[in-house]
Amino acid sequence: MARQVPYVGYLSLGDDPHLVANACTSCGALFFDRRNACANCGGRDFAARRLANDGVLRAFTIVHRASPDVRVPYVSGIIDLDGGGVVKANVVGIDPEPGNVALGMRVRLTTFPVGTDAAGTQAVAFGYQPA
Amino acid sequence: MADSLWIIGVAMTKFMRYQDKDLIDLGTEAATAALTDAGLTIFDADILAAGCLYDTNGIGQRIQKQIGQTGIPVYNVTNACATGATAFRVAAMAIKAGEASIGLAVGLEQMGKLGLLGAQGGRKDKNYEPSGRYDAVGPVEGVLGTSLMPGTFAQSGMEYAYEHDGVGFEQFARVAEKNHAHSTLNPLAQYQKAFSLEEIMTAEMIAYPNTLLMCCPTGDGAAAAVLCSGERLASLPAEVSRRAVKVSASVMTSDPYVDGGTVQFDVNTLTRRAADQAYEQAGVGPADLDLVELHDCFATAELRHYDNLRLCPEGGAGEWIDKRGPWRDGQIPVNVSGGLLSKGHPLGATGIANIYEVATHLRGEAGDRQIEGAKVGLTHVIGLGSACAVHILEKAAA
Repeated sequence: MARQVPYVGYLSLGDDPHLVANACTSCGALFFDRRNACANCGGRDFAARRLANDGVLRAFTIVHRASPDVRVPYVSGIIDLDGGGVVKANVVGIDPEPGNVALGMRVRLTTFPVGTDAAGTQAVAFGYQPA
Repeated sequence: MADSLWIIGVAMTKFMRYQDKDLIDLGTEAATAALTDAGLTIFDADILAAGCLYDTNGIGQRIQKQIGQTGIPVYNVTNACATGATAFRVAAMAIKAGEASIGLAVGLEQMGKLGLLGAQGGRKDKNYEPSGRYDAVGPVEGVLGTSLMPGTFAQSGMEYAYEHDGVGFEQFARVAEKNHAHSTLNPLAQYQKAFSLEEIMTAEMIAYPNTLLMCCPTGDGAAAAVLCSGERLASLPAEVSRRAVKVSASVMTSDPYVDGGTVQFDVNTLTRRAADQAYEQAGVGPADLDLVELHDCFATAELRHYDNLRLCPEGGAGEWIDKRGPWRDGQIPVNVSGGLLSKGHPLGATGIANIYEVATHLRGEAGDRQIEGAKVGLTHVIGLGSACAVHILEKAAA
């Protein structure tokens, strides 16, 4: 099997794929990027926190016009994860039509390969499908 | 410290795509027209603030070199789509601080037919090596949702639809129906064509629910304002005082922390804070407003801002547009210029062009699109990332 890498650092692959956030140890604010300090409270200490794979679709759009290297149409969504954390990703496993996507619908994390580079490494991203 | 702040000259170029003029031509045209409108020249200004997003390097000095190198301090600013308003604020703050009595603010942009902003493609043919603050191995646009403008503001609108009843595709489309209709009365608008609701909803889909006619165009243009302290205004000719417009509130905010704000920019909290501060500063409320120019970069954005600016009851933006509240003959006319959707959105010019629009109505000089008897107006811009400016302007007491 090809070597796999997560498309972004906050995706943990393996048998049980999930997202990991940097949680501020002072206020609990969650971030996906490398942090210098907390944007909420100014705290400087962070701990890795595993986020839930399930959540609610709070907002979406169906993108029809994009740069030439992006396949359209696709659904982009904002998901409120159970127990905390807000994430943006593609909503997959459905035809990208307004009637197939409902605000407030339950979704669950899934992973999919994005491509394989010249060195044979496969990049794996995450999306959400109706739960 | 200045006791009051006034606009004594204001101008904008027509927004369009210019083949025969460059950025400096446009900035010069607006700056000179605003100074002439005030009965002044660049030799009367104590400060120049210039805002341009894509070509900011020495932009104010490049304008000076065409209209008069007087040696005054020049501040070149950028603040995303709030760039023009930021230049206006710089001149306003200098006057309030007593460092200047007359200031010139210019906002300008030349975008041409730029297409979808940010969609010029990412890196390709590279090995998957983590880089950046997210350790991404490739471009995330389209892989992990969208961050381009039409989709970002579509998601923001859909979030409002999720939170409140009576909001959907049709309500968002009605915003575009209104602004395109309004633009038919504005000779300075990039487009002056009305469209039916059906034409809007069946136009090319860009990012659901925003169709092509619900997205602002790219374009070229400039706007400028001459600001003046109350003390200085007293020494200017009576005709200048008669047409002067009072800046009753000038507020700028950035986006405070909210959960998920790094994933999807929050364009609401900073707008609400700016509006509330402005109402308090000016001592007026939403019910006192005769017209509003707000930041309708996308139809989905305008609907949210009815609520953010307190123009409609909390959660009631859908019902408000259904009842034609923001039409020019409605409860509070919004974007009678045609808004960004039809007037156009040369990024750096927008935050002064909206001040031009409101000031022109308060002076009673808006021609066919005049809101009769307008005495108080509000302007709003958002630069994503985010910066928000709200100004409340009032007609001079007779």
